[in-house]
Amino acid sequence: MNAVMDRSLERLRERAAAEGLLDIAYGTADSPFGPLLLARTPAGLVRVALPSEDVDATLFDLAERISPRILEAPDRFDEERRELEDYFEGRRREFDLPIDWQLSHGFMLRAREGIAAIPYGETRTYSDLARGAGNERAVRAAGSACSRNPIPLVVPCHRVVRSDGGLGLYAGGVEMKKRLLELEGRRG
Amino acid sequence: MAELPPFQKLIDEHAAEVMAVLRGAVGRDGAEDAFQETFLAALRAYPSLGEARNLRGWLVTIAHRKAIDHHRARGRSPVPVESVREEAVSDPDPADGEVWRAVATLPPKQRAAVTLRFAGDLPHEEIAAALGCSPEAARRSLHEGLKRLRKEMA
Repeated sequence: MNAVMDRSLERLRERAAAEGLLDIAYGTADSPFGPLLLARTPAGLVRVALPSEDVDATLFDLAERISPRILEAPDRFDEERRELEDYFEGRRREFDLPIDWQLSHGFMLRAREGIAAIPYGETRTYSDLARGAGNERAVRAAGSACSRNPIPLVVPCHRVVRSDGGLGLYAGGVEMKKRLLELEGRRG
Repeated sequence: MAELPPFQKLIDEHAAEVMAVLRGAVGRDGAEDAFQETFLAALRAYPSLGEARNLRGWLVTIAHRKAIDHHRARGRSPVPVESVREEAVSDPDPADGEVWRAVATLPPKQRAAVTLRFAGDLPHEEIAAALGCSPEAARRSLHEGLKRLRKEMA
């Protein structure tokens, strides 16, 4: 689209945000694994889609589960991009981004808060996670808390592995999980 | 029931046309503000639509209401328009871009009359009220505008 339209849409985004009509803003960030889709509500980061995930399907899903008032707002993700870039280059160990947990409830929410607390470079097992979330027999559900984690990377589900030492699965592919753990110099 | 798509999809698919309609209706200078008002109003009402049916017609209907607001605000309408249609207009089936570009080159009165008639689906009396002229004058503007368009598009 032309420059006049770009300016109009930028103004529209600003006014929509000012009037409380921008329920979800989305943009992209680069990663060594391909482009990431980032989505934010006024409360914080609500969704990170890995390169393996379908962008349209992700946005339609957010429209259904949160609100269809969704606008592309590439200029609203500078901080996220900076922190992700620092992380991928090994300069950052923790993200300092507000998180909107509204896509997680009950056991899933507790499990994902548990994931968020795993320190950089360390791993926990799916059983650890289940126990920490208050139901040590819910190992399979702990697996879902990881595989369907709406905010991967920032909520580091790649740090959850199998008790037998296997890496387990990853929404972005096992290779990505392996490389992330290598990047962090995994200490087990 | 079709789910509502992310609002950005409506912008990607229809923003250019809505802008063209508004340029036709209120001129280049007023179009930017009317465009903002159109999409803000649409965004505000969007979740309450419930289902995705003829979203393009819905947007064009809002655009024409905003065009009328624009003309009213400029004091050209002594008579309030009472019966603006609230439901979506039926999808006109134009090779749209081209037609609206031609509409945009018409003189202001003709341009507004043509747009209100065909994008807004307003009868002559309401076009007259929106433009602040007599129904005869509205009819004449529409007639002249269409004559010129036909020549242009031929």
